[in-house]
Amino acid sequence: MKKLFKSFALIAISLSSVLVATNTVHAATPAEDTEALRGYFQKTLGSKANLDEFINGTYALNEDARNQWQEIEEFPPYEIDLEKGADLWAKKFKNGKSFASCFGDDISGTRGKYPYHDETMDTIVTLEGDINKCLTDNGEKPYKWKKGKIAAVSAHIAYAGRGGKIDVQPKTEKALAWYNKGKNFFYAKRGQLNLSCADCHVYNANKKVRAEPLSPALGHPSHFPVFRSKWGELGTLHRRYGGCNKNIRAKPFKAQSDQYKSLEYFQAVMSNGLELNGPGARK
Amino acid sequence: MRKSFRVITLALSTLTLFGLVNFATVNAGEMSAVKEGKKIALNRKKGNCLACHLIPDGGEQPGNIGPPLIAMKARFPDKEVLKAQIGDPRSMNPNTIMPPFGAHGILTADELEKVTEYIHSL
Ligand code: HEC
Ligand code: HEC
Repeated sequence: MKKLFKSFALIAISLSSVLVATNTVHAATPAEDTEALRGYFQKTLGSKANLDEFINGTYALNEDARNQWQEIEEFPPYEIDLEKGADLWAKKFKNGKSFASCFGDDISGTRGKYPYHDETMDTIVTLEGDINKCLTDNGEKPYKWKKGKIAAVSAHIAYAGRGGKIDVQPKTEKALAWYNKGKNFFYAKRGQLNLSCADCHVYNANKKVRAEPLSPALGHPSHFPVFRSKWGELGTLHRRYGGCNKNIRAKPFKAQSDQYKSLEYFQAVMSNGLELNGPGARK
Repeated sequence: MRKSFRVITLALSTLTLFGLVNFATVNAGEMSAVKEGKKIALNRKKGNCLACHLIPDGGEQPGNIGPPLIAMKARFPDKEVLKAQIGDPRSMNPNTIMPPFGAHGILTADELEKVTEYIHSL
């Protein structure tokens, strides 16, 4: 009897998932979206789709590039920035305090807290946002958003948080609205070239634009800030977003704009369960 | 008899001459459109078709998002259909990833014309 009930429940579950797949009116929950995206990569990339590896971007899918990259990681190009970040972290503000007064002394869990939805302010709080808030709260000048000091401090915190898991759960109506805003941004075509993020990083992941293989969208936020050889320095996630928007001849939004914050929030939810491994190195 | 034969040959050779000349001018015009079209198609700021397509004599390291651009006359016997595919690929596939080169003003009408000539020659 119990067994019968079990198989009944199973049938009901598989039936409902078929219903979900065919019912276009149904507004998908974040968990369903994540499941669908993972399923899509598994279906299209087959045995290559070792999803836990996607935090390594295109290197998860291409062995030659991966070997080169692993050699680079032996003497990581972001090492100097980590030192710079540690110095900035330890440096006293004019009022005698330092970053630890905002983030605490143990920052091993700090990276994993971001991004999150602040219910009272109804906004998405990012790590970079809180780094600059800490500065201004203490009477210091904020850093520029996309590179330099902010990326160095962000890298310092990311490094301490390596090995944690991405866990971003929109729970309230307001949080869900931010999630959906980011989702719409991700799937909407824009720019003169009329391309969406999904066109490249979902439907054509592992294909090549010219010589450049496209990374899958899962895992995008795991390893930022990133040292990009093309930049010759560290850059934040929002800097990269701006670059991809420019490439399709769309006007980029400002780093830490509501658009990019919602996009970061959506991408983080998609990447739930994956390991945090910042800072990263990329071509 | 001889005379009429002469007239016929004359008429024939005039015709051939005329035809040849005519043929040659069309060819020259097409040739330069094909050449210019190639430049525009390969220019990264214009067609940048190599980003997504292999083109036989187009250059190294093509992308592979779209199909290789080969045997185009067989696939697009009608040049106008090819022009529509390049000008606004959404007319063939609403969800396409290929940019609408004409509709979004990435190429001018003249450039679109020339790129079509070039692609049709492949
Ligand atoms: C025309 C194709 C194209 C479009 C559209 C596009 N990108 Fe990219 N993106 C690339 C390429 C090429 C790279 C470099 C190779 C790679 O890492 O995927 C890249 C890299 C990235 C990276 C860094 C990946 C890593 O592993 O560090 C992120 C994050 C990213 N894109 C996000 C986005 C988002 C979000 C959008 C939409 C706003 C977008 N991209 C739109 C082509 C595109
Ligand atoms: C961002 C990617 C991208 C770029 C850039 C691009 N294409 Fe395409 N193209 C595609 C895809 C994908 C298809 C497959 C059909 C579809 O999905 O609509 C395609 C299809 C085609 C076809 C139809 C082939 C067939 O046999 O059905 C032609 C012709 C073509 N492209 C020409 C061009 C030309 C010419 C250019 C440059 C001026 C260009 N494309 C630039 C992605 C692209």
